[in-house]
Amino acid sequence: MSKTILEMRSITKTFPGVKALSDVNLDVVEGEIHAICGENGAGKSTLMKVLSGVYPHGSYEGQIVYKGEEQHFRSIRDSEHKGIVIIHQELALVPLLSIAENIFLGNEQAKGGVIDWDETRDGARKLLSMVGLSEDPDTLVTNIGVGKQQLVEIAKALSKQVQLLILDEPTASLSEKDSQALLDLLLEFKKQGITSIIISHKLNEISRIADRVTVIRDGRTIETMDTDQITEDRIITSMVGRSLDDRYPTREPKIGDVIIEVKNWSVYHPQHRERQVTKDVNITLRKGEVVGIAGLMGSGRTEFAMSLFGRSYGQKITGEVIKDGQRIDVSTVERAIRNGIAYGTEDRKTFGLNLIDHIKHNVTIANLPGISRWGVIDDLTELDVANDYRKKTNIRSSSVYQTVGNLSGGNQQKVVLSKWLYANPDVLILDEPTRGIDVGAKYEIYTIINQLAAQGKAILVISSEMPELLGITDRLYVMNEGRIVGEMPTSEASQEKIMRAIVRAEGKAS
Amino acid sequence: MTVQTAPGGTAAAKAKPSELSFLGALQANMRDYGLLLALILIMLFFQYFTNGVLFKPVNLTNIILQNSYIIVMALGMLLVIVAGHIDLSVGSVSGFIGALAAMLMVGWRFPPELAFLAHPLVAGAICLAAGAAIGAAQGYIIAYHRVPAFIVTLAGMLIFKGLSLAVLAGKSVGPFPAEFQLLSAGFIPDFVGPITMPWLAENGQNVVLHSTTMVIAILAVVGMVFSAIRGRARRKLRGYDVEPFSLFVVKNVVIAALVMFFAYMLASYRGLPNVLVVMGILIAGFVFLTKKMTFGRRIYALGGNLKAASLSGIKTERTTFYIFAIMGALAALAGMIYAARLNSATPKAGQGLELDVIAAVFIGGASALGGVGQVAGAVIGAFIMGVMNNGMSIMGVNIDWQQMIKGVVLLAAVFFDLYNKNRSA
Repeated sequence: MSKTILEMRSITKTFPGVKALSDVNLDVVEGEIHAICGENGAGKSTLMKVLSGVYPHGSYEGQIVYKGEEQHFRSIRDSEHKGIVIIHQELALVPLLSIAENIFLGNEQAKGGVIDWDETRDGARKLLSMVGLSEDPDTLVTNIGVGKQQLVEIAKALSKQVQLLILDEPTASLSEKDSQALLDLLLEFKKQGITSIIISHKLNEISRIADRVTVIRDGRTIETMDTDQITEDRIITSMVGRSLDDRYPTREPKIGDVIIEVKNWSVYHPQHRERQVTKDVNITLRKGEVVGIAGLMGSGRTEFAMSLFGRSYGQKITGEVIKDGQRIDVSTVERAIRNGIAYGTEDRKTFGLNLIDHIKHNVTIANLPGISRWGVIDDLTELDVANDYRKKTNIRSSSVYQTVGNLSGGNQQKVVLSKWLYANPDVLILDEPTRGIDVGAKYEIYTIINQLAAQGKAILVISSEMPELLGITDRLYVMNEGRIVGEMPTSEASQEKIMRAIVRAEGKAS
Repeated sequence: MTVQTAPGGTAAAKAKPSELSFLGALQANMRDYGLLLALILIMLFFQYFTNGVLFKPVNLTNIILQNSYIIVMALGMLLVIVAGHIDLSVGSVSGFIGALAAMLMVGWRFPPELAFLAHPLVAGAICLAAGAAIGAAQGYIIAYHRVPAFIVTLAGMLIFKGLSLAVLAGKSVGPFPAEFQLLSAGFIPDFVGPITMPWLAENGQNVVLHSTTMVIAILAVVGMVFSAIRGRARRKLRGYDVEPFSLFVVKNVVIAALVMFFAYMLASYRGLPNVLVVMGILIAGFVFLTKKMTFGRRIYALGGNLKAASLSGIKTERTTFYIFAIMGALAALAGMIYAARLNSATPKAGQGLELDVIAAVFIGGASALGGVGQVAGAVIGAFIMGVMNNGMSIMGVNIDWQQMIKGVVLLAAVFFDLYNKNRSA
């Protein structure tokens, strides 16, 4: 029997007014990959912050036993000293420093305050080779992709003699290929005896690499499954409380006339004038139709959508938009909204929400004329609207006066949706509408999409999760390197068919 | 349209409509009124240490006159800071406009057909337009060419400092026509006539009240209470929670009493200063603009998250441009108030005022990151600085100490504000 490296006993953590963790237990065996699953807001990240000392000893109840000794971490430094390293979802790298400088940040290879650059570079190179990254240690972090940055973070962790590596949603913003590489790396570490805890929403990844899974719900431990018990269905059942028979709500599509047509849409990169990111894209949407755009990361889907929405991206934009048979002007965001187009961003924190303001103000901001007359806002009408949409989209909050930044990802996404629902568009473009949110909230968002379609709106969904596109759309476009390379009714589509369209296009391109 | 929860989804935690208790509501109000309370405490502190001079009617009137131009500019600066920018040029711009006003009314000799330009009203309008144009020019560069406001207005500060010197040819120009002086030195006429209050006589000296001031104050209080009652009734009618009636009464009585007290103080000197009327209208206008108008809402939205605001259809560039134009016009007004008060334009006028203005806005709880700040806070912040200046001067505190104490108060105010926010988060 292998021995337990970490035991967290009866951890309870209370914030003013909220019990974030209640009597949570976790035990991790040396050398395993232990996954933690749970809906957003279930308390996973809080638990990891307790473990790593972000919430210092004394601010929670319960015990942490690591390597047989009870620990009282007062800061991250304390926990790192013992070999516990956490890599957060939002990477903590300094973009304008080199890879080597980032790896040894705070742990510089120096004598008497003077950095030994040879030592730094050699050390960095050695660590980079351990994580399988072949980049010059002098390259600036900003010049490498997110996938590689993630590897730099791991190399940094290795430099601290990590024994227990914690990864919070490590593959959330990685492409399929980079995710696979990362998971393989974790399996490699396992062979070397490094224990990992991984927090993830991607159940297929968990069932692939995890030895055991602990599920947390509403701040409590629900169960810990052993290898032979792990199935996606069982994890979902534990996460949401009951079995989720169907991940996608059913609907009867009622598809009407063509509502919008985009013709020969071309866009160039905002900085590199020569680079064309969208090439002669033609798409058509019908009333009541949910249409998806599939494609790999960087295939130009977001760029297409944002350039269409008031030229929010790119330059030298050409092409025309025809709605209800008439050419419409979408040259500014305001005109696009007025012409009935809305775009829900893939990055809600950066582009979608005013995080320091409350729900009410965020819901109404895209349609201020709706709550005002002569430029004067009627505050009670606004309150009615906000309460109404909070109910309609099932935003879980104490009231509409809760600050959006304090909501969980799923609820934030519902605020974004509410904002666009209140703007009452005819065509709604949703870019990665369920990224980083939990199964239950995803289902609710699909339901909203269906209801909008039932009202005769056209919805264009951009998603990197193919099962999601196959589950909720009526028709699919496949995009690759800025071009539409395939179109198919969803009923005839499959993941293989989509991939084949992409690969075929790649072959043609080269 | 209602979203069904996922088949396995946990039932939505139904938030109970919050029953506001007296204590809870009082606590929430305390957070809002904390700054006002701080101002009152500071005033009482100086009242004690100046042996009762601070609350003398003449001194209260002075405090208002001394700080009027700071407050006028703080209103514009609040918008600028909420939008996530800064304006370092306002001191120099106000100085330059003061110089322009002096030259229009006194310095330049116009040919007879252009003599109307020297009329105080015409000159005042030209000055306001010039200020707005200066603000607009800076705003244009900031909004449409994305040069950081810090740099644009730093350049503006140097440019207008130089221009004031050039326009005045290094000399002081004055005195102003009597009509123009009224802006700072005048009081509203007493339409009703003075009332003597023999029963309030102190040391054999009768208290004579400026009755129009009292009438205006009573009207203002009645209006305020009426609109509070109406607002409360409307909320109730639409089915929303209201604060407990007892607290509502207490709050309105306290505020009405404060207003009446200050009105009484002013009335027992020379009544409402003209400049306070201007300030009052501006403050009310800016409260309305920030709290009730879509333009104000857009400023908070773009200060909170510029990208999200522009992707919500807000014309962020145009909004920013307008904010700086408004700031410029207010700096012009402040410059005229300042010049009228000194009764001459000097090359040094306005220098360093921008720092007092910015400090007032930050003491008032605005965030340097943008998106947060209230008009009332900025006004109270300006009065906190003003009362401290006044009180310390009366106490005979040296100017060196005054500077240091003001610095410490600014730091402490912002520190305390952040500490409170972190604790409640």
